[in-house]
Amino acid sequence: MKMPGGSNRTGAALAPHHIDAMLEAGREFPPNSRGDESEIARVRVRYAKGGEPIGTMPPPPGVKELAKTAAKAVLGKQPLLFLDKLGERLAFERSGVRLYQALVSKREAYGGFSGGPSRTDLEHLLAEEREHFHMLAAVVEQLGGDPTAVTPSADVHATLSKGIVAVLTDPRTSLVQSLEGILLAELADNECWTALVALAREAGDDDLTTKFEDAEGTEREHLTRVRTWIAAAQSRTAAGGVPFPQAIASEMRSRSQRSSADGSRASGRRTARARAGGRGRGKRKTRRVR
Amino acid sequence: MAIDLMNERGVPLERQEFDWEELVQPPYSKLDDDAFTRVRVILMNGIESEASRFSHACARMNRDLQLPLARVRRLEQHQQTLVNWLNPADQSPLETTIGFEQVAIELTASVALLEPDPYLAQVYRFGLLEDFDHLYRYSALLDRVEGKDANTLTQGYTDIVPGRPTVVEHRAPVDDLRRAYDRRHAEPLTKLLACTLMGAEHQTHDYYMTVGPQFSDPLARQLYAEIASIEEQHVTQYESIIDPDETWLEKWLLHEATEAYNYYSCLESESNERVKRIWQRFLDYELGHLHFVADLMKEHERRDPAELLPSAMPEPIRFESHREFVQETLRNEVDLRAVGTEFVDVKKVPRDNPSNRYRERMNRNGSPTDRVAAGYVWTPGTELAANGRHRNGRARGGRSTAEARS
Repeated sequence: MKMPGGSNRTGAALAPHHIDAMLEAGREFPPNSRGDESEIARVRVRYAKGGEPIGTMPPPPGVKELAKTAAKAVLGKQPLLFLDKLGERLAFERSGVRLYQALVSKREAYGGFSGGPSRTDLEHLLAEEREHFHMLAAVVEQLGGDPTAVTPSADVHATLSKGIVAVLTDPRTSLVQSLEGILLAELADNECWTALVALAREAGDDDLTTKFEDAEGTEREHLTRVRTWIAAAQSRTAAGGVPFPQAIASEMRSRSQRSSADGSRASGRRTARARAGGRGRGKRKTRRVR
Repeated sequence: MAIDLMNERGVPLERQEFDWEELVQPPYSKLDDDAFTRVRVILMNGIESEASRFSHACARMNRDLQLPLARVRRLEQHQQTLVNWLNPADQSPLETTIGFEQVAIELTASVALLEPDPYLAQVYRFGLLEDFDHLYRYSALLDRVEGKDANTLTQGYTDIVPGRPTVVEHRAPVDDLRRAYDRRHAEPLTKLLACTLMGAEHQTHDYYMTVGPQFSDPLARQLYAEIASIEEQHVTQYESIIDPDETWLEKWLLHEATEAYNYYSCLESESNERVKRIWQRFLDYELGHLHFVADLMKEHERRDPAELLPSAMPEPIRFESHREFVQETLRNEVDLRAVGTEFVDVKKVPRDNPSNRYRERMNRNGSPTDRVAAGYVWTPGTELAANGRHRNGRARGGRSTAEARS
């Protein structure tokens, strides 16, 4: 992968005379307060011990009515935890739609690259994120929760992923750099769907478990595809040692068995291009990978 | 080339126009641009924010000036937007803070060297050593909370060592006021420099008050609270050196001249060609504002504005490393303290000085600036790199001193 530029000024090695002067100044003007970074830890601990939580769960509407219903059983032994994590995934999937929209813009602005995603690929993943959001909103509602509320875990995950939004919406970041942002999101998403499946299974709800397993499977495919695109951009094999064209082909085969007619058509086009080592279908031609 | 302020009329107001895309231009590069491009952008945002602050205050006190003030203020609000939006999104609030402190150090050093009045030069050197210390404290925060090296931003131009310790900078208000220059006798350059520092420090204060609560780490929140308090003291100091008997129109004229002088200084030193064109454009706009206000002064006060302005643009502010001057000031003046409007050695401060009592009260549970930098020594690549090199027996990350020099 070629990197642009060559005028980065951040490194100390660029101005050794400045660095020598700075180190000399450090010797002449030493620290005037004793200790080390453990002072920071002490303040953190003191505030944490005296602090309040980042927020709490909203009371589910109609919770009294639900007390003796099946919903209570579905929520299992840890109803607040389950609703918190459902709220977290719901918010993450909703933001995921916006992330993929930003990625589509990136694809349009920077064009594709050999082995990279087409616009249709990205729009397909975007649609699946949207489906997950709607599915979760319905589930939360069924369980007596409020799908519009921000749960504590949703808030923490939104804070965690602030940087991903910042990278994907920055006009200066390339498609590949943005894919690395999406990779972070998909890694977290995979882990969290696995946890949700386990929570649903422990609650003993087969229907919910199946829905969540399907979503988990879809997200696993997202992760594979994003990894494969990034590997292609770096002219290396994807994680797991499968060379990228084969990885795509293999993924497409398994996908075509499961997905809808629309999804299959999109996959077919992409597989053909991948075999041919062809270009993406953007408005602009393939250009250098940045 | 020297600019004749009374004959260069710049761009008239009616030809100063923007659209939304012009206001939001591509930012400078945090990685590739020279540190002084960031310094200039941060400074000019401060200068424009001072223009807005003054303009609103003036409008609230002067019915007849409200419309002309509103006309110029609209243009300057857009100028400020364009300039401030040159800051890139990948530059975090703490990284921008490092930029603010580099502005405070290198700008104040240059101003102290340019200032013809010895007392005011002393005022600037006094403030310089305090902002110099802030850079060190924020650099420790950046290193110890985010694991980043502040020198990737300051690029070797500015030392990262303690100055006058922030913990002793806290003063009672009576010790923050200074003697003002006399509007009748002060050099025009003195007036422009004072307005420059006041604007820069006020924006620094406002910035810390805005971003401080955005930090999650409790010590970071404390640090911003403590240093913002000092910046408030600095604004008090710098606005007190300006003669309060200047008329409103006189102050307005001097604000416009200050803006023109600062854009001119930026233009003279800018290395980024795209940003340089912005400085040129806004210098021309400010000359237009200056003449607009000069005409108002003739109309309302029947005065000749030329009497207040330098005949030619003064020697520009120098955007460069002032390492030797700062170190010399540090050696000679770190122990100075303010007692009323004067500066005395710490040993001569009266025991009952009100600042002593104030400081003891504020610092009774310790000082965040002390805590964050406890034992902190700046090292290339962060103090963690220093630890690693120590373990590996290397003199410097990846390169020895001799290698680096070669």
